[in-house]
Parts: sequence; C-alpha cells; structure tokens
Amino acid sequence: MDRRDFLKTSSAAAATAGLGIAAPAVLSPAKADARQETLLIVSESGPNNIDIQGVGTNVPGYEASWNSYDRLLTHAMKTEPNGTQYYDRDKIIPELAEDVAISDMSATFKLRKDATFHDGAPVTAKDVKYSLDRAVTVGGFPTFQMSAGSLTKPEQFVIVDDHTVRVDFLRKDRLTIPDLAVIVPCVINSELVKKHATDADPWGLEFTKQNEAGSGAYKITRWTPGSEVVFERNDSWKCGPLPKIKRVIWRMVPSAGNRRALLERGDADISYDLPNKDFVELKENGKLTIVSTPYSNGIQYIGMNVAIPPFDNLKVRQAVAATIPYQKIMDAVLFGLAKPLFGAAPGTPVTPTWPQPHGYVTDLAKAKQLLSEAGFPDGFETTLSFDLGFAGVNEPLCVLTQESLAQIGIKTTINKIPGANWRTELNKKTMPLFTNVFSGWLDYPEYFFYWCYHGQNSVFNTVNYKSPEMDRLIDSARAAAAIDDTAAYNKDVEGFVALAFHDIPRIPLYQPYVNVAMQKTISGYQYWFHRRLDYRAMVKG
Amino acid sequence: MNLILQIAKRILSAIPSLIGVVIVTFLLTRVLPGDTAAYFAGPAATPTAIEEVRKKLGLDKPLGAQFVAYVEALAHGDLGNSLTTGQPVTQDLAARLPASAELTLIGLIASMLISIPLGILAAVKQGSLIDHACRLIATAGVSLPVFFTGLLLVYVFYYLLGWAPAPLGRLDVFYSPPPTVTGFYLIDSLLAGDLETFRATAAQLALPAITLGLFALAPIARITRASMLSVLAADFIRTARASGLSARTVIITYAFRNAMLPVVTTLGMVFSFLLGANVLVEKVFAWPGAGSYAVEALIASDYAPVQGFVLAMAVLYILLNLLIDVAYGFIDPRVRLEG
Repeated sequence: MDRRDFLKTSSAAAATAGLGIAAPAVLSPAKADARQETLLIVSESGPNNIDIQGVGTNVPGYEASWNSYDRLLTHAMKTEPNGTQYYDRDKIIPELAEDVAISDMSATFKLRKDATFHDGAPVTAKDVKYSLDRAVTVGGFPTFQMSAGSLTKPEQFVIVDDHTVRVDFLRKDRLTIPDLAVIVPCVINSELVKKHATDADPWGLEFTKQNEAGSGAYKITRWTPGSEVVFERNDSWKCGPLPKIKRVIWRMVPSAGNRRALLERGDADISYDLPNKDFVELKENGKLTIVSTPYSNGIQYIGMNVAIPPFDNLKVRQAVAATIPYQKIMDAVLFGLAKPLFGAAPGTPVTPTWPQPHGYVTDLAKAKQLLSEAGFPDGFETTLSFDLGFAGVNEPLCVLTQESLAQIGIKTTINKIPGANWRTELNKKTMPLFTNVFSGWLDYPEYFFYWCYHGQNSVFNTVNYKSPEMDRLIDSARAAAAIDDTAAYNKDVEGFVALAFHDIPRIPLYQPYVNVAMQKTISGYQYWFHRRLDYRAMVKG
Repeated sequence: MNLILQIAKRILSAIPSLIGVVIVTFLLTRVLPGDTAAYFAGPAATPTAIEEVRKKLGLDKPLGAQFVAYVEALAHGDLGNSLTTGQPVTQDLAARLPASAELTLIGLIASMLISIPLGILAAVKQGSLIDHACRLIATAGVSLPVFFTGLLLVYVFYYLLGWAPAPLGRLDVFYSPPPTVTGFYLIDSLLAGDLETFRATAAQLALPAITLGLFALAPIARITRASMLSVLAADFIRTARASGLSARTVIITYAFRNAMLPVVTTLGMVFSFLLGANVLVEKVFAWPGAGSYAVEALIASDYAPVQGFVLAMAVLYILLNLLIDVAYGFIDPRVRLEG
C-alpha cells in the first residue's frame, strides 16, 4: 500500500467516523450533478471591470468580455503539431455576421437575423454601430487598439439596413480586418446601455462595468469582485455550436501553492498562472494535462536604453548581448518552459517571421574584447531594473544577468520596481538597462516592429531606438502588406529583423509560454491571441 | 444616565483622532510612488491615454482640491470607488468586513477557549509541567508565521488527509451564500434555517480560524497567567483561602474576576490587531476579507480603498475601545465610579 492510498483510506475512515467536519462526500446528489456540469477555474486575480471598453479594465476582465460578448468576426482554429488547438491568424470567420463581403475600401457585414442579447432584444445594425462608435470614442486602451487597425472615426461605421453594416477603410491596412476580431470591438446591447447613460457618462461605462450587456455564449450571473465570477450558458446562443459546459465558476485563489493543491486534489478543473516550477513538476507526475504554448508575437527581452551612455555605443550593446547567460536562464529560471530566442547557427539567414532566434551566444572572451574596443576595458556601473509584479521570473533572471555582467566588469545594481510603478518608469524611458515582456494581439512582425522599433518612438519603444533605415523598412513592409506584395514584404521584414539583431538595442531572450494545467477529464482547450480561456469549446468528462 | 453621558463623551473625544486619520491617510496614499493613472491606463496606453485616465479619475487636480472633494464625498458617506474591484468602497467594505470579522471572532474565541484556561492553570500550578507547556505553546504560536501555519494546515488537512474542504474562501463553490442579514454566514445561515450551508461555512472557517487562533494564543495566555499570578498573591485571596472556601471558588469567582481587566484589554487589542493583520491568512485561504482587499489596493496604488480601510479600522478601533471601557465598568465597579 503506498502512502497516498493509505492516506486516502485513512481519511475516508476519519470522515465516516465523523471526524471530518466537511468531507466533500456529503454533497447531495443534486450538487454532485452540478459539479459534473460546472467548470471550476482558479486563478490568482479576477476582473475589475467586465467591459473591455471600460476605463482601466485589467487582463482578467478580457476573459469575462471574451466569453460573454460576441464580435462581428472571429478566428478559426487549427491544430498544432503537439495537438493543441491554436487560433488561425490567417483564417478569419464570421461570428455575429453570417456573411462578409470585403471590397477594396470597405467591408460589408450581414448580421445573423436570429441572434439576440441576453435580455432577449435582437442584435441589429444599430447595436453594431453603437459598439464600434463607442470603441473608437471612449479613449484609453480600446480606442488605441482600434486605431492599430486604422479604425478611428465613427463615420467609418455605416448602417445599411437593420441587419447590414458597412465598415469603410481609412486607408489600405491589412490589420483592419484582424482588428475587428480582437476583444475590443464587441457588440453591446445599445438600448440597454443607453438607458443607463448619463450626461457625465454618455457611453454608460459605469453600467457596463458591473453589468454585462452582451449576446455571447455565456451570461455573467454573479460577480463578486476579488473573489468569484459565475457564468451560465446562454442556451439561445446562435453564433456557433452550443457549448458543452453549462456553468463556469471562476474563483480567485491568491496562493499559488493552494491552486496547485486544488488541482492535484481534483477540486479545481483548470488553472493557468502557476509558477514554472510547479508546471514542470505537475508535468512530470502526469496526473494532469499540461499544455504549454509560446506567446504569439511576444518576447521577454533585456532592453538597453540607447539614449543613455554607454548604451549608445553599439559595441557595448553587442558586448552585453554576448554576456547574457541565455541557457542558464532557460534552465534555472524557466525550467525549460519557454522557447529560446538565441543561438541561431552563425551565418543562418533571417527569415521573414517574428519572433526568431538571433545569433548571440554567451561568450565572455568576445564580450570583454568588444567592451575594450568600445573604450571600457574596466567596465562601468549601471542599474538593472525589473517589474516586481512578475518577480517570480524577473528576479532570478536579473540576478543571473548581474553575475554574468560582473565577469566582464559591468557592475549592476538591481532596481526592483513595484508593479504599480513599472509602467510609469517604463514610460519615462530613463531606465538604462531592464527586462520586460512585449506581446502583440495581432501576430504580424511589422506590428511588433512598428510599436517597438519605429522612430515615431511610441511608448513601447522602451529603448529609445531611432534609425532612419529601420523606419524606412518598417513603413515599406506595412505598405507592401497592404497591397499583398509578398516578395517586397518578405525582403523588408528580413531587413528590419537583421537590423534589429545587428544594432541589438533589445536582446530577445525567449518566447514565454502560456501554461495551462487541467484535469484529465477536461478537453477542448484553445490557445487565443489574448492568452485567456475560451469556455465555449471546453468539455468536461 | 451616567453611562450614556460617558459614552457620548468618549465619542466626542474620538473626533480629533478621526480627523487626524483622514488627513494622514490622504497624504500618505498620495506620497506612494506608484502612478494610479499609468497603472489603470493599461499596458498599451499612450501618454495621452494616461492623461485621459488621470483626468477621469480627478487626479489631475491640485492636492488641495482633491482633498476637499474627498472630504465632501466623505461627509455624504461616500468613500469613493475602488479601481481594482470597480466597486464603491463602502459596498466593498460592507461585503468584506463581516468576512474578516467573522473569521477573526471565531479565531479569537477558539484562542480564548484554549489560552485562558491554560493561563489560569499555568498560574495556579506555577513551575509545573503545564506552566512550561503554556510557555512553549505561546512561544510557538507567536513565532510561527501565520502564512506558514496556514499553508501547513492546508497541506496536512486538505491535501494529505482530505478532512478539510478546499481552501476556497467562505463557502464551497457549489453553495450560495445565505441571504444577508448580518453578513456573518454562520448567523445568516442559521437565521435562514439552512443547516447545510451552516455546516459548509463552519467547515470553511475551521482551518483559517485555527491558524489565527494559534497566533493569538500567546498574548492572551501570557497576560492571563501574569495577571492571575499577581491576583493570587493578593491579600484577599489569602483571606478567602483562610476562610476555607473551595479552591474552585477562590480561583474562578475571586481571582479570575479580578484578573480579567488586563485580559479584556488584551483581548480588545488582539482583536483589532488580528482584524487588520490577518491579511496573510486571508491570502492563504482565498478569504474575501478586508485585509487582503486593502493590500491589493495598496499594490495597485488604488487610493480610495486604502483610505476607506484605514478609516473603517480607526472607527472600529475607537468603538472597540469604548466597548472595552464599558465592559470594565461591569467587571470592576470601581472603574465606573472613577470614569
């Protein structure tokens, strides 16, 4: 008899002896049935707003919106080599629309006639216009995201008839259609929201913050901020096959150790924000299904601010790139749960994709030589900053980097910045050396480069990098993509990737993984660009 | 009549401290390094987006104007809105304070049930085995960090043995909370006559309450012991013993009643301390309490909940002290006369 079996029997005996004050076995049959039809998700934190278009909606809020609202368009799924369902970037299919006609400078959407909101009102063209108008007008993140697809003016959205909407393009931009399939342009019950709008709050943001007004596959029936969200299936959902799971309970469990215990005991069905070490151990013991998928269009990197000496010196940057303990970080910090972005064989040509591995490897002798050539034979002193909000990865990563840099004479002081303060510091662009993650919802190289490397110096160009040649290549790639000129596009993408690797203001380390742990009885997990869960395809049992 | 006058006087004297609390928390939260607007503008915010958020939150106004707006809202009973939960702070606190209070009370009661008899026994049999045991338990209780005892209890009683229910907050996911009357699930479920929910609530409470109780053992047991020792050495106890009263009467009726004053003071302090300091227990057991709420808000530089929490705690502390003072009067009539 092994230990676990022994403990099981002894605990059962204890429960029958009346010692266990509440063994789960005392659940009434009705409750056991409910458990079968319910998906229990545990995660560290929950939404602060269930409307993606609200002010300051946090990332868990995206998940609430994704599952309770519909969009005009969505992505089809494809199967990855490892069997994971992965959203197909290039295959966009109708969701609330039943037919889409895309012409040169506009797209016309015919809406499903049978789709209804959760209060029973039909989904009509005026709801679509209202929602898109709202997304481009409310300001902040939703408006910014819409602008990424050249959707900026309410005049672009035209009601043709009750069930037909036309979206006029401002310019040719291949991101316009994909941008209509992200979370932000969700379709909102306009009549319901308008009833709650006030002069101070014309878009009813206060109402939708706490009340869901969608037509999606799940209704939010209870939300206790900071502790749980309860979703019930919308049985009259028309935009896809009726989901299998009747009820989803999403509980916030701040302690990672307890989330793991809940999974291992079989009480929770899914969790996806455990430390890497836990995922590796869970993978090894084989009791749960673990799915690891690299972030699409996302990297963790070491950034060097090129506006701050000595990082304005190319050789210094290349020396740092030859000092980073890449493999140690992969092994000791991530336990192998990430996709390496370093060590491409010398002479390997870059490909028109992103992210891809660069050619730098840990080579301290070469780093020392580069540093001497740069005029710093004795090294220099600087600070290395990271976001404490992700200290689990960032702290050991920075300590390893600090040790390695010390060996070529670069003395670093580690600067830990609290999560609330991180973005402020990043926006100031005054940190000389730091680590961070960037990932884009839209999985296109030029999208990443436009935000992170372009000389327009957006907030994401955290390294202050400016190069006329880089700008030319990025602009040219965007133009080529808009007119489907693949040959020119590929050449431009290869050009800007090669330049980014040569100038190396940002040293890519790896593509982080989204790790999801679930019971063996759960299937239907899909990887989405937003990296949150889609309950619609999940199956239990 | 005298009592009411005394209470009114005490409440009046608390007003300056409340004003102080309001000013200090307001200033302290403003000195925090984080930038609320940048945090809530989201990862993709441009500087203009951050400015828009700042304006919407009223954080672009000078400090003085913000303070006036805050006090004005406060006068209407409005503590502002939490950005992390998206709810009005009053509503959040109303939902979370009972959760913390229920847990703390049960923890305190559990602790008292063990520590007071232990303290009395240790004093009566000074230097005996039980006295050493009392010292050991008290030392262990105070030196084991609560998150450690909490995690250990979860590991043993939930993960290994399966006796305790999943550490998922106040109720198992498949129960719905009883209709709110007091906000204390134990009382509300009894009022609703729902024994199953009562059982489920009690089961969820067991481990976190024990964790808290262990932590609170030390001060109560030690004060009980010390206070009993000094009373037992007093002349009137010797007289009582000499008059041939039974040991039970001497210890419980005479000695303990006289030793209770410092114990009650400590209880009050321990209670208010636990209420604020059980953050870690709340974190470990996913307890939707006020402590974890305030800490989460603090991490996000979310001013309103922090201010609301400190203010609520200050009010609670003042009320508690008042209650203790009134209780003194009943325990020891001399205090009443002097008041």
